[in-house]
Amino acid sequence: MKAAQFEYARAASLAEACTLLARHGDSAKVLAGGQSLVPMMAMRLLRPAWLIDVNEIAALKSVAIEKDFARTGACARQCVVERDDALAARVPLIRQALHWVGHVQTRNRGTIGGSLAHADPSAELPLVAQVLGAKMLLRSSKGARTLEAEKFFTGPMSTAVRPDECLEEIQWPVWKEKRTGSAFTEIAIRHGDFAMVAAAAQLALDASGRCTGAAFGLGGASGTPLAFPEIAARLVGTKLEDKALDDAVDAAAKEIDPGSDLHATKEYRRHLARVLTARVLREAREKATAS
Amino acid sequence: MSETLHAISVEVNGKRCEASVPVRLSLVDWLREELRLTGTHVGCEHGICGACSVMLDGEPVRSCLMYAVQANGHRITTVEGLAQPDGSMSALQDAFCETHGLQCGYCTPGMLIASQALLDSNPHPTEEQIRDAIGGNLCRCTGYQQIVEAVQLAAQRMEKK
Repeated sequence: MKAAQFEYARAASLAEACTLLARHGDSAKVLAGGQSLVPMMAMRLLRPAWLIDVNEIAALKSVAIEKDFARTGACARQCVVERDDALAARVPLIRQALHWVGHVQTRNRGTIGGSLAHADPSAELPLVAQVLGAKMLLRSSKGARTLEAEKFFTGPMSTAVRPDECLEEIQWPVWKEKRTGSAFTEIAIRHGDFAMVAAAAQLALDASGRCTGAAFGLGGASGTPLAFPEIAARLVGTKLEDKALDDAVDAAAKEIDPGSDLHATKEYRRHLARVLTARVLREAREKATAS
Repeated sequence: MSETLHAISVEVNGKRCEASVPVRLSLVDWLREELRLTGTHVGCEHGICGACSVMLDGEPVRSCLMYAVQANGHRITTVEGLAQPDGSMSALQDAFCETHGLQCGYCTPGMLIASQALLDSNPHPTEEQIRDAIGGNLCRCTGYQQIVEAVQLAAQRMEKK
């Protein structure tokens, strides 16, 4: 047995999970898909005294489409969300990002909320949440609150989730414009590995080809996934000419702060950030134009 | 400090298994050390290599990334469960032998589980789909080519039946 000793509770409901977190929160971790938490415990990077298992709570696994947003339960499996055609039609970036997440075996077990709560700065789903401005519904025995992605991610592997809170649901904005295009890409050593840099973009056009909505961002380029709302806002009203996109790439490149490691120097990451941002902006533009 | 034990009831390869397990015992260690189903291999023990792949309710997962206690109430299929009822090899297993889809054999149980899960849901996979399905399983001997050929051969034969 590789993990240090811990106590285990399988919560039958979200209320029970919250009660357990209220009691043990400071020394507990919520166990969802376990695809990041279990390896960290095997390497004893983490030694929680309690694991609160939320895998059997059916209410945390729902996927639903509302008028303005799509809801995914925090414990919805990545494989289930990836296969959901209705969701892919409304929030295409989620499926586009999941294509890059791990492998079949890990997506069968890994959850949407788990990826967000783990908050790896190079992870795909946190980047999509940041770019789209997803909202996280957090529940505790005292009540609920909603946090926007920008406030949710506080640093590498760090979120604003309090020790007594459990992520319940993620609300992904649905763009209503008919002519919307989105794109996700990344560079990793092998497909399924951590991204050295990842980029995501979504653009909307009106009938005349003028941009009515723009969002883009980068993962692996800073301590948290980054979105660039002010830079994206400058694209709105343009016809998304190459020059406008290149200006956005230049502006975004000034805001990133990538690190160096064995796999990539910060200079290489800066290079990738520019190339991949340009690529997703163009691909999103082509898709919006064609739709 | 004594370990807390939890009672579990799991269906493994069609048989109901009742046990009492320490909560930090991984599913793969329970399968191998308690049930003596040593066909499933333990490689990296942190979710990289895929050697420990088993099916959980019909879908491939890594059994080093689950605690045995979490399998309670679920259905597990290990590589031992892929053989035919009389104990002879499945079409996929035969194909691995014929195409030399293994050398040292360490990754093979994981490869078989991943490939069988693919063929269960997609009987006519393209080469790209095969490579995607085994993308989470490391093999240091074959260069993967013969494994891809094995899955293609098995798919052809299963179609004829």
